[in-house]
Amino acid sequence: MIALPPPKADVMARRDEILAGLCALIPGDGVITEALRLRPYETDGLSAYRQPPLAVALPTSTEQVAAVLRFCHENGVRVVPRGAGTSLSGGALPLADAVVIGLMRMNRILDVSFPDRLAVVEAGVTNLGITKAVEGEGFFYAPDPSSQLACMIGGNVMMNSGGAHCLKYGVTANNLLGVKFVTIEGEVIEIGGGHLDAAGYDWLGLITGSEGQIGIVTEVTVRILRAAEGQRAMLAAFRSTEIAGAAVDAIMGSGVIPVALEFMDKPCIHACEAFAHAGYPLDAEALLIIEVEGSGEEQDVLLGRLRAICERFDPISMRVAASAEESMAIWKGRKGAFGAVGRISPDYLCMDGTIPTSELPHVLRRIGEMSEACGLKVANVFHAGDGNLHPLIMFDANDPASFAKAETFGADILKLCVEVGGCLTGEHGVGVEKRDLMPVQFTRPELAQQRRVKEAFDPEWLLNPAKVFPLEGKLAPAPH
Amino acid sequence: MSAEAGSRIAPADEAGVAAAVAAAHAEGVPLALEGRGTKAAMLRPVQAGRTLSLRNLTGITFYKPEEMVISARAGTPLAEIEAALAERNQQIGAEPPDLRALLGSGEATTGSLGGTVACNLSGPRRVVGFALRDLVLGVRFVNGEGEVLRSGGRVHKNVTGLDLCKLLSGSHGTLGVLTEVTLKVGPAGERTATLVLPVADEAAGVAALSSGLTSPYGVTGAAMLPEGASAAGVAGPVALLRLEDVEASVTYRMARLGAALPGGRVVEGEESRALWRAIRDAAPLAAAAGEAVWRVSVRPSMAPGVVVALRARIGARVMLDWGGGLVWVAAAATAEAHSAVMAAAAGARGTFTLFRAPDPMRVSVPVIPEEVPALAALSARVKAALDPGGRLNPGRMRAGL
Ligand SMILES: Cc1cc2nc3c(=O)[nH]c(=O)nc-3n(C[C@H](O)[C@H](O)[C@H](O)COP(=O)(O)OP(=O)(O)OC[C@H]3O[C@@H](n4cnc5c(N)ncnc54)[C@H](O)[C@@H]3O)c2cc1C
Repeated sequence: MIALPPPKADVMARRDEILAGLCALIPGDGVITEALRLRPYETDGLSAYRQPPLAVALPTSTEQVAAVLRFCHENGVRVVPRGAGTSLSGGALPLADAVVIGLMRMNRILDVSFPDRLAVVEAGVTNLGITKAVEGEGFFYAPDPSSQLACMIGGNVMMNSGGAHCLKYGVTANNLLGVKFVTIEGEVIEIGGGHLDAAGYDWLGLITGSEGQIGIVTEVTVRILRAAEGQRAMLAAFRSTEIAGAAVDAIMGSGVIPVALEFMDKPCIHACEAFAHAGYPLDAEALLIIEVEGSGEEQDVLLGRLRAICERFDPISMRVAASAEESMAIWKGRKGAFGAVGRISPDYLCMDGTIPTSELPHVLRRIGEMSEACGLKVANVFHAGDGNLHPLIMFDANDPASFAKAETFGADILKLCVEVGGCLTGEHGVGVEKRDLMPVQFTRPELAQQRRVKEAFDPEWLLNPAKVFPLEGKLAPAPH
Repeated sequence: MSAEAGSRIAPADEAGVAAAVAAAHAEGVPLALEGRGTKAAMLRPVQAGRTLSLRNLTGITFYKPEEMVISARAGTPLAEIEAALAERNQQIGAEPPDLRALLGSGEATTGSLGGTVACNLSGPRRVVGFALRDLVLGVRFVNGEGEVLRSGGRVHKNVTGLDLCKLLSGSHGTLGVLTEVTLKVGPAGERTATLVLPVADEAAGVAALSSGLTSPYGVTGAAMLPEGASAAGVAGPVALLRLEDVEASVTYRMARLGAALPGGRVVEGEESRALWRAIRDAAPLAAAAGEAVWRVSVRPSMAPGVVVALRARIGARVMLDWGGGLVWVAAAATAEAHSAVMAAAAGARGTFTLFRAPDPMRVSVPVIPEEVPALAALSARVKAALDPGGRLNPGRMRAGL
């Protein structure tokens, strides 16, 4: 288990006073303090970790967020920002002495401009909510995490989330124009807006992916895109993960970059097939789902080329969708992958390292060996075009030894990712989960530099403490 | 950068750069940073006793076309990288400009990779694709204390820790000295073609660009040459919409685009490429010697108003890119002209950069918008977090920072 810093004694001692102060800032039912009602907030997508907070504040405006932050800053109270709480790295895990600031009540679409191709939304609007608001005119918001029904744009900004289609359209950072940002002192700052590339330091770039470490985002201006005329998927199954990996390289080097290029290994294929009956070939060791966009004729041309590339790698089978329905059938298994694995093993850890794509066969082989050595099953499903792995490690949460083994196995996979030239996290963030692995990827001076940048915004370490950075300095565990 | 007389150091490697920065830090000597010097005329002149040139840190260090990744040392000319990419039919998606002509640089080859990233310069494809900073997968840099550090890496998806790659991109050498950059690259379109559409004025031009960009046809360039401007044999007022893709797609989509926006003609291949090179480098602006040049970035729908105002107030000549969102402006190098540009950008809730101006003007006006006090305080604190002695390019972006 990963250590959390001890609660601040002075804050715990002044609990009632602090809660009263908060209640005065948000009228009505905007502050939660009763143990029972705090329960839904005690964990996030990394549910092995649970910790009820001091209180939950649910502001409805930027002004209220600013007031709560100003109050917490003045009183030395730690804060944990929260969107939908779907973080898989424990990014939104509360601390016993912290106030969770939940953005879910800030869920209005403020402005949409089709000619300028942008939407201004509050931080608590869901990812899919943006697309829903603009799809009537044929537009969409491109980054599409699998959690898009629930996760919120503020959380997406803070995690720099990706999705299956970011091979073509990029991740969150590449689709933002501006944010409204509140500092720990409660100052409200507008960054960017409707225009591209604001002059001055790239605040937008620094804020994106900062995991709640440097401030709270209350409004986001995103780029919206006109959808292509259509899209169609194909499926190609191979005899080995090596061969499938070579096919990925050939596709990426061919000049035709598909919109999505997803990879599943055998355990995942079996899990998905049992769950979704998508017609996946059960004798394959690896399967690729490839999607292209354009008019019907364009899709034919592109799929023809991709088919020809795959044929060079002696596929066991290939299936090119002839219609939108057949495409959906191909995607059905993939989209349900997490749920499918959840059926085999109710508890699994979803890892998220990235590797250079040429290392795919090597890394998958090593993961297989580690899995055998530790006796925990693993299924691999991931975004192959960009090397972002998602090994799902299955364990038994009722058995502490099993969980400990799973955490060690996960850490070993991430170390391997770094060793082959990749990184600890491609899209789920460091959170608490990978915090103590940061020294594997960064040198001491590199981490110290990042800490100094964090401290430029938050010298007291009140913003989402115990995440991202190994516990040191103001958060160091008390000496025994 | 117009470092005063002072000394010049051009280390042979990263260790030499680190040593030079550490020495400057210890001795309290400000450093003017220079890649290949092609952008010396941008922003504010740096007053520094010593110039640190990255000119000798050259060479591509890593290139894997099938992974779409290239790394090169900071002083490598962009042209060298682009040539290596072209051999494998790849390109830098952000289409960074070659501003030697605009900025009056006598350099024989293009600017450096490090300098271009430090300025976060992107060309026409920015409107649909990514800015140069979006393509920076990793950097090696030397902070103001002389420490060699890395951020990012060589993989496409990486959210590990704070993204200092983006912070350093566009920081104009004020936060760190880039020594090596890793970029995401992509395939060059098999075919390119441009729809050249005569339009009455900027309002009509921006409307045409907007219909192109909101079509499902994957437009990758949307610029407008006003009346009097011309490039590669195409004379304004015209709206220009570019397609780049596989052969069959360009054929099909151009037919559809032409049907949706009738009355134009199509320019193909090398003719189209030359046209977009000119736009990328702001050549059609034809800024006269002694004139100042600004880049104003606004919501595209605000552009026609900005253009009308600047023509009326300061007799500006303009050129539009990024669907109208990028307004290049040339006018007399005067304080009044600068005030007018600032007012126009602020009125449209956009941003501006004084790209080029005589030295006395560059030191006396804000060359980028002032920040609100809370943000200015953060700028100073972030600067201190990376360059505590304030040695790196002091005054380049703002007086006193
Ligand atoms: C089933 C499932 C599938 C997933 N699939 C994907 C995927 O395909 N791609 C992907 O990238 N991720 C995926 N995720 C991870 C997760 O959905 C994303 O990280 C998402 O962006 C989190 O959004 P959220 O609103 O739930 O944020 P939360 O989990 O509530 O918070 C995320 C982090 O951001 C901070 N935060 C939240 N809102 C704000 C704010 N307004 N201001 C400041 N800080 C804030 C929190 O403190 C926390 O550190 C998946 C998760 C699940 C459970």
